[in-house]
Amino acid sequence: MALKTKTSTRIGVTILAWGIALWLFFPIFWMILTSFKSDVQAISSPPKLVFMPTLSSYAEVFERASYWHFALNTMIVSVGATAIAIALAVPAAYSMAFMPSKRTRSTLLWMLSTRMLPPVGVLVPIYLLARNTHLLDTCTGLAIVDMLTNLPIIVWMLYTFFREVPAPILEAGRMDGATRWQEMTMVLLPLALPGIASTALLSLILCWNEAFWSLNLTSSNAAPLTAFIASFSSPEGLFFGKLSAASTLAVAPILIFGWISQKQLVRGLTFGAVK
Amino acid sequence: MQAVFEHSPPAGATARSTKRTGFLLLSPSVLILLVWSIVPLVMTLWYSVQNYNLVDPTLHGFAGIDNYWYLLTDPDFLHALLNTFVLVAGVLLISVGGGTLLAVLYDQEFFGRGIARIMVISPFFIMPTVSALLWKNLMLHPIYGVYSAMMRAVGLTPIDWLARFPLMTVMMIVAWEWLPFAVLILLTAVQSLDGEQREAARMDGAGPIARFRYIILPHLGRAISVVVMIETIYLLTIFAEISVTTAGGPGVASTNLPYLIYSRALLQFDVGGASAGGVVAIVIANIVAIFLVRAVARNLEA
Repeated sequence: MALKTKTSTRIGVTILAWGIALWLFFPIFWMILTSFKSDVQAISSPPKLVFMPTLSSYAEVFERASYWHFALNTMIVSVGATAIAIALAVPAAYSMAFMPSKRTRSTLLWMLSTRMLPPVGVLVPIYLLARNTHLLDTCTGLAIVDMLTNLPIIVWMLYTFFREVPAPILEAGRMDGATRWQEMTMVLLPLALPGIASTALLSLILCWNEAFWSLNLTSSNAAPLTAFIASFSSPEGLFFGKLSAASTLAVAPILIFGWISQKQLVRGLTFGAVK
Repeated sequence: MQAVFEHSPPAGATARSTKRTGFLLLSPSVLILLVWSIVPLVMTLWYSVQNYNLVDPTLHGFAGIDNYWYLLTDPDFLHALLNTFVLVAGVLLISVGGGTLLAVLYDQEFFGRGIARIMVISPFFIMPTVSALLWKNLMLHPIYGVYSAMMRAVGLTPIDWLARFPLMTVMMIVAWEWLPFAVLILLTAVQSLDGEQREAARMDGAGPIARFRYIILPHLGRAISVVVMIETIYLLTIFAEISVTTAGGPGVASTNLPYLIYSRALLQFDVGGASAGGVVAIVIANIVAIFLVRAVARNLEA
């Protein structure tokens, strides 16, 4: 943008961009704000922007449910599912990108199509299978299901990143006597690291926010944050203070994580999938 | 990237060993996905032709196509099917259309751009259950919601959005979650566009609309495919937002296929009927998948 933009255009852009940003962000801002109100303050009419902040809602939430238990479950499941999926997807994507066969394309599309299987269509069998294998209400069970649902997207994303790595670089390594394993771990992975990081970040976010399997395959032992928040959505629902505090607690880790890592997410994506 | 495919076709023994290695590296993922997609499918197919109700053990045995017949002739089913398509199409339209415009907007330079971008992207990080509760209670509640207060402040009567326009409201909530994802991806794509190319077009006297139409839009093809593909996958299975806000109601006004099957299976305990619904949902998803994958495959490959 070497040329000067007209000042009026620039002011217009600033106002429009900030207006939309504030409007889209407002619900989150309001949720955080309400979490520092008591249940009574939270339903005052008209809603108050200025008030005496209190931590009473947070205190009540912590008293009623063991937040850390849920948060830990979510973390174990998200990280576990992402790690296993990446470990399985790297060799698969490597094979597709550097040793393509006639079936590579259709294999990839088939993988993606398995992801379109509506979870609810297979809820009954998965539930029964989990029960019979004693994986119901365990972090392992939920992590396996999350891993399987994300695997196709992860394979495909890694494939797009790996294809950006020039094959001659890998071949040079092989000429020097590197094995396939060394070629993959010592040449390819460092080169594709931004892409792998982006993929992992996206997978973590999707796992963290996954609701369907979390609600249907866990009850108490392995219940993640999605279940934690569901327990605060009482039908009468007028406990806005508590509800907001619980919601803020449920989204805070991934929101902060997202804010910190969004640059990395974008940087990685520019290498492959959306270049 | 043609180079990857074209260079040095290995010959003879090397080719065979490469083929084998490639197959070995690929097989773990393929195998578990095969099991994951076949086993539950076969079980669902089996249940769908059985009389199987969890609260009525006297009812059992082969049902033939009864479950399907019952489902396909149920007006609720058609309604849910229509709602599913409306939701998917509506949210895709909003997020791709809005996302493209916002991507161009947030690509401009303005004061505090970094923070504004983070704010726009934030809703994507919010879990569906939370965003549904947030909108239902804090924003749209007819008495205590902020939107209602705003409407009263300007002299309007607040609307009970979820009761009056259940499907549209659910669509808006879902769009609020997925628009940021589209902005994230499309903004990334706009940024990767060569600055010199845009500058050259500008020098040649192309106006902002011409630049958008002939330079930016063609460049976004692949990114739009990515958004459409990933979002469709998730939108076909919207569940938490409906469960939390309207529970599919009033009546079946905001029931989509996943929610209909869920209410059959877990609220009416009709495993046979729910499985028939599951099979239908799988068939529909595959039809969509074929069209979608065909349409976007070219862009995804490039």
